[in-house]
Amino acid sequence: MTDLSQAQVRERIEQSLARRHRKEKLFRGLGIASIAFGVLAVLVLFTDIISKGSGAFVQTAVQLEVTYDAAELGIDTVDEESLTWANFTGVVREALRERFPDVSGRSEKRELYSLVSTGAPFTLRDRLAANPELLGKTEKVWFAADDDVDTFYKSLDDSAGGFRGRTSERMAGWVEQLAESGELKKRFNTTFFTNGDSREPEQAGIRAALVGSLLTLLVTLALSFPIGVAAAIYLEEFAPRNRWTDLIEVNINNLAAVPSIVFGLLGLAIFINFFELPRSAPLVGGLVLTLMTLPTIIISSRAALKSVPPSIREAAMGMGASRMQVVLHHVLPLAMPGMLTGAIIGMAQALGETAPLLMIGMVAFIVDVPGGVTDPATVLPVQIFLWADSPERAFVEKTSAAIMVLLSVLIVMNASAVWLRKKLERRW
Amino acid sequence: MTTMTLDAGTTAPAATEQPEQDAVNTNTRVSETVGHPLCDDAKLSMRNVNVFYGETQAIHDVSLDIGRNEVVAMIGPSGCGKSTFLRCINRMNDTIESCRVEGDLTLDGEPIYGPKVDVVPLRARVGMVFQKPNPFPKTIYENVAYGPKIHGIASRRAELDEIVENSLRRAGLWNEVKDRLDKPGTGLSGGQQQRLCIARAIAVSPEVILMDEPCSALDPIATARIEELIDELRENYTIAIVTHSMQQAARVSQRTAYFHLGHLVEVNDTETVFTNPEHELTEAYITGRFG
Repeated sequence: MTDLSQAQVRERIEQSLARRHRKEKLFRGLGIASIAFGVLAVLVLFTDIISKGSGAFVQTAVQLEVTYDAAELGIDTVDEESLTWANFTGVVREALRERFPDVSGRSEKRELYSLVSTGAPFTLRDRLAANPELLGKTEKVWFAADDDVDTFYKSLDDSAGGFRGRTSERMAGWVEQLAESGELKKRFNTTFFTNGDSREPEQAGIRAALVGSLLTLLVTLALSFPIGVAAAIYLEEFAPRNRWTDLIEVNINNLAAVPSIVFGLLGLAIFINFFELPRSAPLVGGLVLTLMTLPTIIISSRAALKSVPPSIREAAMGMGASRMQVVLHHVLPLAMPGMLTGAIIGMAQALGETAPLLMIGMVAFIVDVPGGVTDPATVLPVQIFLWADSPERAFVEKTSAAIMVLLSVLIVMNASAVWLRKKLERRW
Repeated sequence: MTTMTLDAGTTAPAATEQPEQDAVNTNTRVSETVGHPLCDDAKLSMRNVNVFYGETQAIHDVSLDIGRNEVVAMIGPSGCGKSTFLRCINRMNDTIESCRVEGDLTLDGEPIYGPKVDVVPLRARVGMVFQKPNPFPKTIYENVAYGPKIHGIASRRAELDEIVENSLRRAGLWNEVKDRLDKPGTGLSGGQQQRLCIARAIAVSPEVILMDEPCSALDPIATARIEELIDELRENYTIAIVTHSMQQAARVSQRTAYFHLGHLVEVNDTETVFTNPEHELTEAYITGRFG
């Protein structure tokens, strides 16, 4: 080793210092760049989805003057039975013909009738059922426009000009005429939040999928949280360390990495084929997702239990608390925030899961909002998949809107995880 | 107090005279304890205790009595097994899976180890204060009330209130915390936390209190308070204290046990140990030649 004078040493330090600072700057720059990239990706994703999907929250409506003509409807009184076979379609068509009296010819008329949604007669039926005294009277009613009209009218504001699609020149003319006279407007799309799925985009809603998702998650949470926490507590606090528990631990970790579709196949084979539980039901979906979420919850719960300082356990044990009391009185309350966070992360995963649910039939076209865990249902991600697969142009914005709903549910869940953790966290 | 020596102690083999190298050798039965490890009126009696962590032996054939209302200090260099030995007394070592304890340990003549012994009542009789203050992350009141609650000592709220107040008074903490019993125990200062832990331990009226370096994390003023407290507690409790501070051992204890590499080297009246140690290892340690 050569002897260096203090001045020489200082000089060398100066030299290396510059290099170190440069490296540090580079490192920080890289970090900032990666964060910027992440933020950019999220921004692009969100702007794309929101710009595409926000249109789904408004709906084009057409105002028509309808006459509840008893003869046209073919009924004398308003009661449950007569309402089921009354000819509301005829009334709607009559109203359209009256609005545009110079329309003639079959194909022209067909185009005229396709201005309003095929759900228009049901709108009328509901109104008449609610107000029977309307029979024989005339009133102005707003009807949902057909999805082609809706897409065309919404696209009129675009810089590119109107998207025509299946809307003919003539129909476009009518739409512009109605819009000028104020008989065409955009209104908030309540249908989207009250209806289930439909073949007609203007009647399709997210309600059934949302309720299906919530029911499925409820089953998942009710099963996976207690089972997962119990397993974690046993493995962490009570089980002896031996070959068997090692084996179990390895298997739990493996299970966390199994592709989710495998759980779907398992669910199909066991829950549906063997136990003969109903297909497409949130119950089976919840069971399958429980299998999938359990490893996540067990692993995170064990981590939460491990992070409880041993001094607390010793203190309680030194007081003569039994093992059970140590766990219930001291360890569990301290580990709870971590366990809940893990559980919510697992739930968020389960919420976005599609593949295993396809296997158990939750991909079926289901219109009704499920009333219980054994009713046929679909879930949000599957609904997104179904809509993305649909040919109608109007489903594009529905798909994005459904993604927005899914993301909102996720954000609410994650926010509640943060809130719960803040609330339950105790210092030691 | 009448004391007697271990039979083997009178014929200490020459091996003990050798410094550490030979003392580690487990093949030769070294370290026959010199001094007076046993006493007549023993509250706790430990005979031929061996403790193993897996294959490693941490305690070698230690025999020691702790008399009624006596404070016994255990001193020795780090890693000498004094904490391990202390934790045998209330079976805290049970939680360490690889740990195995051999030997006869009795409390008032009743065995501490054995298939029929339940650790829960044992730990209620043998309380413990740890090195680092470890109050529960609960209120001061709940900290002290926890023991009486789980053991069903107090049936009514008023009784519990009384126990909490008495325990805090005896731990010399009452005046400082009486107005904030519902505040978290973790918000107290280090010395207060340790006194809270002592209050918590004496709330179940144990017969023996084990203290594992109770002052090592405290400043001198807090240490002095705890030492005063130990002196007061001696009237009602039997105390075994592990300490790294020889001054502390000298101040609070009646007898001092010197541990060295898992062997109990010497037990004598505290005054004897610090003024006229019998064993040369003890002398080397207290004069600061190693440790």
